[in-house]
Order: sequence, then structure tokens, then C-alpha cells
Amino acid sequence: MSEPANMDRRAFLKTSATVGGGLVLGFSLFGCGPKFDGKTTIKNLRLEKEDLPNNFVPNMWLRINADNTVVIQSASSEMGQGVMTAIPMLVAEELEADMSLVHVEFAPAHNDFANPASGYQITGGSQSIRGFWKPMREAGATAKEMLISAAALLWGVDSVECYAKKGKVIHIPSNKSFTFGQLVEHAAKLKVPENIPLKEPQHFKLIGTPQARLDGPAKINGSAVFGIDVKVPHLLVACVARCPVFGGKLISYDDAKTKQIAGIRHVIVIDSGVAVIADHFWAAKKGRDALTIKWDEGENKVLSSEIIRQKFKLAINDNKSVRDDGDALEALENSKKKISAVFETPFLAHTCMEPMNCTADVHATYCHLWVPTQAQEFAMKAAKDISGLPAEQIQIHTTFLGGGFGRRAEMDFIIEAMQCSNAIQKPVKVIWTREDDVQHDYYRPATYNELTAAVDKDNNAIAWRHDIAGPSILERYVPFAKILLRGKDDTSTEGAANLPYAIPNIAVNYAWVSTAIPVGFWRSVGNSQNGFITECFIDELASLAEQDPLSFRKNLLVGHDRHLAVLDLAASKAGWNMPLPEGHFHGIAVMESFGSYVAQIAEVSIQAHENLPIKVHKVTCAADCGIIVNPDTVEAQLQSAIIFGLTAALTGEISIENGRVMQSNFHDYPQLRIDEVPKIEVHLIKSAEAVGGVGEIGVPAIAPAVANAVFAATGKRVRKLPIRLDELVTV
Amino acid sequence: MISINVNGKQHELDTDPETPLLWVIRDILGLTGTKYGCGMSLCGACTAHLDGNPIRTCVVPVSAAVGKNITTIEGLSKNNDHPVQLAWLAEQVPQCGYCQSGQIMTAAALLAKTPDPSDSEINAFMSGNICRCGTYDRIRRAIKRASSTPTKDNENV
Repeated sequence: MSEPANMDRRAFLKTSATVGGGLVLGFSLFGCGPKFDGKTTIKNLRLEKEDLPNNFVPNMWLRINADNTVVIQSASSEMGQGVMTAIPMLVAEELEADMSLVHVEFAPAHNDFANPASGYQITGGSQSIRGFWKPMREAGATAKEMLISAAALLWGVDSVECYAKKGKVIHIPSNKSFTFGQLVEHAAKLKVPENIPLKEPQHFKLIGTPQARLDGPAKINGSAVFGIDVKVPHLLVACVARCPVFGGKLISYDDAKTKQIAGIRHVIVIDSGVAVIADHFWAAKKGRDALTIKWDEGENKVLSSEIIRQKFKLAINDNKSVRDDGDALEALENSKKKISAVFETPFLAHTCMEPMNCTADVHATYCHLWVPTQAQEFAMKAAKDISGLPAEQIQIHTTFLGGGFGRRAEMDFIIEAMQCSNAIQKPVKVIWTREDDVQHDYYRPATYNELTAAVDKDNNAIAWRHDIAGPSILERYVPFAKILLRGKDDTSTEGAANLPYAIPNIAVNYAWVSTAIPVGFWRSVGNSQNGFITECFIDELASLAEQDPLSFRKNLLVGHDRHLAVLDLAASKAGWNMPLPEGHFHGIAVMESFGSYVAQIAEVSIQAHENLPIKVHKVTCAADCGIIVNPDTVEAQLQSAIIFGLTAALTGEISIENGRVMQSNFHDYPQLRIDEVPKIEVHLIKSAEAVGGVGEIGVPAIAPAVANAVFAATGKRVRKLPIRLDELVTV
Repeated sequence: MISINVNGKQHELDTDPETPLLWVIRDILGLTGTKYGCGMSLCGACTAHLDGNPIRTCVVPVSAAVGKNITTIEGLSKNNDHPVQLAWLAEQVPQCGYCQSGQIMTAAALLAKTPDPSDSEINAFMSGNICRCGTYDRIRRAIKRASSTPTKDNENV
């Protein structure tokens, strides 16, 4: 299936012949990615573009086989968000394929599989469907056109007399038909047509209908292969001992006891620590635990959450403006009716259910990686760097991901597997324990925030100032990041800088404060903490203005029709201002993120439940995510994100003492369980707007909705997460 | 040598008797449907049946399974047609899917003992199984669908 030499590489869509005689359509998006223009959004941040292979792998998005099956390669990783069903739906819609004959494969690492929205082969930023919305439909529409042309030629009729439906091409006057499979050999010989029109949304038959997940059957019988399940002949398993203090270095180790354990094959030093490589995981873990290691814990051994907090507090005025409307300072100075608050959010771990792992097989002339990754592009860079091989000799096999949430865009576990296998030239699977996962994450940044806002004598909001101090996620990704990005990082200020409310004087400032704690992308990123802060503080401003929280927001959102629509829908479904059961209270929040709009109303009572401070009875969620591809997964994703955000709001905190993480497993970093989650109602707005993100958008509004309900119940404000009743603030 | 019976098949193993059953099942027998999640019996991803009872294989030594029948997700049904599996598909429960083997094995054990569980019985039995994707509402619906008297809607408690 390699590309014929005489084909024009610039061709957008390409055919190639297959051994089996199928029709294969590939297309190149290489070069479509945005160039770095100095703006500091992740979307257009141009990291060093990896030199991925252009030729050795079949650039194959869509293959139609003689047996009528349709195989689609998904460039996006499946981590639960349903992309391996939604992307085929895009193709099948235009192709008029029979969904029951559609199969999906994970694409290899290749420039042609870069997401057009980001320019990278990365699954993140809720960008999969937004990026592939058009090209995948174009692939389907083009293939359909070729199949129709092939049928018309075979019948000797005009192609306008033919149409495609459910995997067949039908000749209208005669009612003759061919299956797609009967046509592929002929269609593959045709020139690829250009500029095939796509369906108007009102003609969609598949898009917008609930479709069963294509990965469902493999996930109910144990056959779905996650990274941790990969089997390779002669595979060894490694467990790595890492310094518990961030930034610490290995001084020496004694493996005498380790080597007495049956099944231990190698003990080697890699960048992150000491790797014990054994016949199977249990031997590797026992061997690791039996090591005696001397660490140089370095200067971070005294670091604590409190020291970090003080550092943020001291640095908060050494900031850069990220938004400056009117003159917030003067307006606040001249105001008589104002409110000030300090908001704090903690570091958070991702705790994907599948602990981090990667299998590498490095040899002199080739390298294979089997990995549950969100970032094939970065994985390729790591594999090239460590193996010294060119991209053409490296194959990256993406497995199912047992959760991602941003954690699996990181390379640490991949580098470890590569270094282990490179050292012994044998296949090695590195498996992290849950303790490794909790204590060596790239955490959601902790932040410290000072806010002041004011209303005038008529209770109109007139000024808002939000100062943020916290670490930068992008610092690791860009050389000289703080200078190059001019002290700004959208991943720290998104959800705060774009405050939607019509307040004439708004100042948002960011103090970039580096700490030794590694930070990274965590489902909804900056929106996760800034949603909590801004939507709680706007609620406080509503109280200051003596107004209902919903009507106060609506008055400040005139013209923001999509915000208003989700607020109104959530309010009517939840019965805002209607009587609730005794002791139950409502709180509300609304957030735009990733091109989608979400309002949530939480129904809460102050009754401790086991380890939880309060009881959240019900969450009513209204969302406008533009055109919806698979409403069943959109509902599931919103429920998922609400539970993810609620877990963080009620229990989530990674704390640092002596330079190390104090939590280690689900007993001290708990997750909400089936008896602790609220009833969640999701209401989707039928929208003709552009496709919005889905996977992350449910997170930002839940913490403030719950916190605002706590205020309704207690008269006290939540200003710190996780919510603790003894830390509420009387205002 | 240790002799264990997994999914109706007898295996003679030369292994440390203290090895958790999970790693024997996964690394030696190659049955990878049973998952590692915490290693401390906190998350339920490793749930299998020992003589029909749900156990956390990450903390049960293989020696404790001698003379008993172990059933993993691979042995729950021959044709993926256990009522719990069918209900899981009908309700479209899985997202990432990693915890679902454990969820299904726990739910199957619940229904074997309590064919028509109430919400609080579901809570009590299923609360040991963490789902980081938060599929709990659909898990509840699927258990009710698979129960002897399925109800159309569920009342969350």
C-alpha cells in the first residue's frame, strides 16, 4: 500500500491499490497545522514539529474491502470519549455506509494523521471531532462519488441516475444495485474527484442519532487490549524506583536482595531512577521494593504545600495583564460597595484507572512501541531520541487507553520503557503501580487568587479584578517559555481572562510562579480551577448586588445567546426558585469552554456522607455543543465530566510535605463511588452552530454550582477546594 | 507446584504461592481481562469469582485459590451473552472500559445472590468498584435491566 511514486504528494485525497483489491483513500493534512504566531494558546502553539515519516506507513484513512467491510483509521486515541465511534460516523454519513460493516483501527504515527485543529497527532483539547469534522466527511463523500461513478460505468448509465444507500449503489430506473465491495476494484482505478459537496446538516441521517459504541463489545468481555495488556514474545516487565522528592537524584543502590528474588533479569539505572526488569510484574515489583537506594533529595526536600502557597502569595503582584477593559483599579478604588476574596485551588492527580505503562522493543534496526498514548507525535520524538533510529524504522502502535484526562499526553512512562528496552535490546513493558501514579504525576496546577469586584449605587456590576498566581504548564514545552510567552500562559488563565459578563472595567492578571512540582494538562485545564473561582465570585457579586444569582448573570450576559439558552434550559429543568425538599438548596454556574456552553444546577444538602462533607443529590446540566455527532456519548461524557469535577470538588487534593506527595492510593486520594454520585440529568440544546468540544466541557461548572449551593444552604462561602465545611468563609 | 482451576481449566504452576492471583491470571495464564488498578483492594478492577463469590484478586494469594473454581471475565459466558454483559451493551455502559470487567464480575455476583436488587443493595454491593469515567448511572440501569424484574427507570438514592 505504499504510495506510487508518480502520485502527486500535494493531492489532498489519494487512492492506492491494495493487495486485496480494495478501495483505499488516504489524504494528507501535513502542513495544514497553524504556525506559531506568538500567541500563547495551546491551539496554535507550535512545538518543535516532529519529523514523522511520510512514506513508510500506508497513509490510509479509509479502506473499503471487497467483502463490503469499511475500515477507518482513527488518528485520535480512544480513552472513553467515544471518538472511535464518532469519527466513523462522520465518514459513514457521507459514504452512505452500513454502520454494522464499519471497523476502526488506530492510526500509526504519521504526519498525515495530525489533527488539523492543532497541527499535531495529539488527542487533547477536546479537538478530535472539531479537527476531523470536515476531512473525514470529505473522505466519505469522495469515496461515495467514486463508487457511484464505478457503478454507472459498469452499468453504462449516467451517474445522476444512481445513488448510494447503506453500503450499496442503486440505479434508480432499473433498481439494480451493487454492494460497495463489488465496486471497489473498479472504483480504485478512477481518478479521485475534487471538491465533492458535503451534505447540509438538515440531510444528516447518522450524525445526530444515538449510535452504539464500536468499542462496546470488546469492553464487556475483557478482550479490549489496553497498553497494560500488550503481549509480545519474550516480554519482560519493569518496575521503576523513583526518588520520592521531585528533582532528587540517585546516589547509589544496593540490589543484593533484589537479585535473590526468582524471575529478576536486570537491574539498570535509567534517567528516572532504578529499573528492575523481571519475567513478570510481581517479581519486578517485589524486586523494586527490595532495593536499598540512597537518594540525593536536593533542595526540594523541604518543599511543602504551605511554602508553595506563600510563594504564590508573595509573587502575585509581579504579574502580566491578560485582560484590561476600562480601568478596573480606578473603578474599584472609587467604589463604596465592593467585595474581596482569596480563592485557592490544589494540585490534583489524574488517576486514570489504567496505571501508566508502555511496551518498547528497541533493536539496532527497528523499534516498536505499544502504548496507550494521547500524543503519538511526542512518542515518536521520544522513540527517535532514545533509539537513535529514523522515524521510518519506528512503529508506534496505539492501544486502548484506560483513561487519559491529559495524563497520557506525557512522555515519562514512554521514555522509561524506551530506555529499559534500549539498554537490554529486549522487549520491556514498564508498569507503574498506583502509588507511582499518584506520586509522580504532572499535576493540575495549584493556584492562589485575589479577587475584588464592585457594584455601583444601583447595584450594577462595574468592576472586576482577578489576580492569579500559579505555575505554567507550557513552561516544560517551550524553551525559554516565560520570556518567549512574555509571562503569559493561556492554560493558567483560560476561564478567567474570557469572563463573559458585561462589566465595564475588568482586569485579569497572571503571575507566573514556577515550583518544583511537575504540572500538566488535566481535563479542562485552566477552566477547571478558573471556572470554580469566577463562577463562585460572580455569585458573591450577585449577593452584594442583592440579586438572584440567575437573573444577575442573565443581566450581564445580554447578547450572549448561547450562555443564556443553557442557563434558561437548566433553570427550567431544575426548577430554579421552585420549592425543594426540606434542607435542599440549589446553586448555579455557567461556563463556556472548548467552543461549547454548559450550565449546571446542583441540588445539595449539608449532611455528611461517609467521607464527604455534603450530599449532592442532583445535578441538572444543559449544554450547547453545536452540532452533535453521537448524542448518546455526549450525554455520557457530560455525566462523566461532572463526576470527575465533583470528585475533585469534594475530595481532590494532592498535598506536598518534605518535597514529596503525601497521598498514594485510592484510600487517601479517593474517587466518588456509585453510592456517592448524584442523579445527573443532561439536556442537550439542538444546535446548528459549529461542532464544539465535548470531553472536557462538563468539568468547569460543577465545582462552582455545588459551592454556590453550599452558600445557599449555609450563608457561608466556599473559597478553597476541596470543599470543607470548617473552611467556609463568613461574608 | 500449585494447581488452580481457572474458567474450568486446570493449570499446574511453578510460582511463588504468595503471588497475588491477579498477576498469575494476567502474566502467567495470559488472561488480561482482569485488570490491575490499585493493588490494595480499593478499586475493584481486579474482581473475579472464587467459587462464585467476588474477590479482589490483587490481594488474594494464588495459594488461597487452590481447590476452588476461579472465574474471570473471559469465563463469564461462552458467547458474551451473560445477562449482565447483554445489559451492559444495551445500556452502553463502557467509556474507557478499563474498570468494566471488574464492574461486570461484581454485578454478576450481586445478581446471582440477589436477583432483584434495590438501589441500596446495588450501592452496597457495587461501591467497592471505582469507575473514573463515572459510568455509575448506566451501571445501575444495566444491573436493573439484567435483574429478574427490570424496571424502566431508576430512582437514585
